[in-house]
Amino acid sequence: MQLTGAEIVIRCLQEEKVDYVFGYPGGSVLFIYDELFKQDQVKHVLTRHEQAAVHAADAYSRSSNKIGVCMVTSGPGVTNAVTGIATAYMDSIPMVVLSGQVPTAYIGQDAFQEADTVGITRPCVKHNFLVKDVKDLAVTIKKAFYLARTGRPGPVLVDIPKDVSIQKCDYHYPKTISMRSYNPIVKGHTGQIKKAVQLLLEAKRPMIYTGGGVILSDAADKLTKLARMLGFPITQTLMGLGGYPATDRQFLGMLGMHGTYEANMAMQECDVLLAVGARFDDRVIGNPDHFGKVARKIIHVDIDPSSISKRVRVDVPIVGNVPDVLDEIIKQLEASEGKPEAKHLASWWKQIEEWRGRNSLKYKMGSELIMPQYVVEKLYEVTGGDAFVTSDVGQHQMWAAQYYKFDKPRRWINSGGLGTMGFGLPAAMGVRFANPKATVACITGEGSIQMNIQELSTCKQFHLPIKILCLNNGYLGMVRQWQQMFHGNRYSESYVDALPDFVKLAEAYGHIGIRATTPADVEPALREAFVKHKNELVFLDFLTDKTANVFPMVAAGKGLSEMILAEEL
Amino acid sequence: MRHIISILIENESGALSRVSGLFSARGYNIESLTVAPTEDPSLSRMTIVSIGSDDIIEQITKQLNKLIDVVKVVDLSEAAHIERELMLVKVRATGKDREEMKRVADIFRGRIIDVTESSYVIELTGNTAKMSAFLDAIDASLILETVRTGVCGIGRGDRILKV
Repeated sequence: MQLTGAEIVIRCLQEEKVDYVFGYPGGSVLFIYDELFKQDQVKHVLTRHEQAAVHAADAYSRSSNKIGVCMVTSGPGVTNAVTGIATAYMDSIPMVVLSGQVPTAYIGQDAFQEADTVGITRPCVKHNFLVKDVKDLAVTIKKAFYLARTGRPGPVLVDIPKDVSIQKCDYHYPKTISMRSYNPIVKGHTGQIKKAVQLLLEAKRPMIYTGGGVILSDAADKLTKLARMLGFPITQTLMGLGGYPATDRQFLGMLGMHGTYEANMAMQECDVLLAVGARFDDRVIGNPDHFGKVARKIIHVDIDPSSISKRVRVDVPIVGNVPDVLDEIIKQLEASEGKPEAKHLASWWKQIEEWRGRNSLKYKMGSELIMPQYVVEKLYEVTGGDAFVTSDVGQHQMWAAQYYKFDKPRRWINSGGLGTMGFGLPAAMGVRFANPKATVACITGEGSIQMNIQELSTCKQFHLPIKILCLNNGYLGMVRQWQQMFHGNRYSESYVDALPDFVKLAEAYGHIGIRATTPADVEPALREAFVKHKNELVFLDFLTDKTANVFPMVAAGKGLSEMILAEEL
Repeated sequence: MRHIISILIENESGALSRVSGLFSARGYNIESLTVAPTEDPSLSRMTIVSIGSDDIIEQITKQLNKLIDVVKVVDLSEAAHIERELMLVKVRATGKDREEMKRVADIFRGRIIDVTESSYVIELTGNTAKMSAFLDAIDASLILETVRTGVCGIGRGDRILKV
């Protein structure tokens, strides 16, 4: 059967059971949009900016185990999408981006809305393709889905020239695909795992440190089982939250630049570290030389060999898919005679409890000013800890990570690697499409929310009852905090002047706006939003303390145990 | 340390830019890079000479392996190997220099492949050190133009890089 390129694109999406495509039409994708119009299996979500389409597709992936798909036109459609693609790439999110391109005969001629899409996106995709012949289209789309979801996941882009979408050829969608140049490792090396198990059993001050890899590979259950078997303390990166229940005693909180005192101290002082699906990045271990001063054995489980021994030398590298490796570790532990020495473990826990006793997340609040931390704590209460929480980037993101205790994976959706402001609202949209009944809260700031505020219109069109919690302190808070701490209180361009009235703005888009100005307003406002207006989008504008800072803090370039605590200021 | 990294890569458009882009994006150094199709036209063989610590070279090989189009990567300098480079040098060859230039070329087993009344083009193959030694041996003021291919290399004996 002969189909046009545009028909093939839609057929492929149907084969992949794609239910939503997030996108924005334009000249070069008109034929594909025409085919989209003629069917109703694949639904389209029209965002108001391509960046938002990509973030929504990305968060659709993050909050489910399905692959987000987005579609943009050539030229500015693609360049607008780049921030979203880079965001997904840095956090290893599986995603397929379909982009239109000018007709093949026009490529390289500076045609209208032409951009070198493959060249521009190359450094921020797992892989990309330019389809020059309609005969290659179906197999290329198959490859794109295969590459996006296997190995270390990531965004894959398929660039489709307009003439390719018109040309016809026989359609056949391959059931499976194999590529001689791409064979991701799944099982970990049994010998290495044996060494790891030995180290774990002999540890006196053990620590488990996990990251986004546990979430992405759906390994939270296995991780929880292993951690409980061993009785070891566990900490998580910003991307790893939800991989182990945050309300459990063994959980020490997030580590890193704004990690808890106990998590950072235990990370620094441990003698055996089991790192799983994490990459020792600069926001996590601070200065690697300082981290290396303490002798410890490191076991590193990751699907990407290039993540191992990149910033920190590792003693037992295990390359493999996280759940498969954890399974094997559990199996070998169960088969082994040995047990971790209870005496050593008890004295290690005693030390950890002492650190925990510093209560590094405590903050002071009077009756006049709303502390931002308090808003997150109340959100946790009002939603019963069961909401999907998206965030933008800055202070509010850290407070959300510190104070909302995530017990389940895929509930905490944020841009960790790239740190993209403007991510939160479109991400909340993507979450809601993937989880149509879920409670979705977007914690943001007055700076970040304005980077994709136009999506309030998309939310109206698709009746998305997202709750936006804007921690409005009138500053680009994290910038202001650094300027206060490291730049002599010179608040260069960090004051957000001439803010809109967010309540009226929400109303202008057809939503509900609520403003809270005192601590007493917080809980009633949240209840009104989450209970009374359950089925509507509510924009909650919390006017918070302008001087609040995020603590603990490890300053850039400092060691993990050299934290600045709130109590010290 | 200097390493010679050999890569088998799918012969697709843009393959070279994926490799060179990786080096520039991650701040790795490239001394030379050569690329051409192999006996299997669907594969290209690339040879990259890079200088870096063992840690950096380990990262380079891991990152190259991560590129989807890359089929195989090997660090030739890890074991016995042969490296060669081709150089073409155009020199002024007049008067007494003409005879001298021919002699030096012969000593280095170079071949004169183009002759005019006033110039030679000398073809020379060998490792990088030999190329440099030849350039040092002749009068620098007589050199009109040099062009070098960059290094290509192959493992000795049973070391074979093939799909």
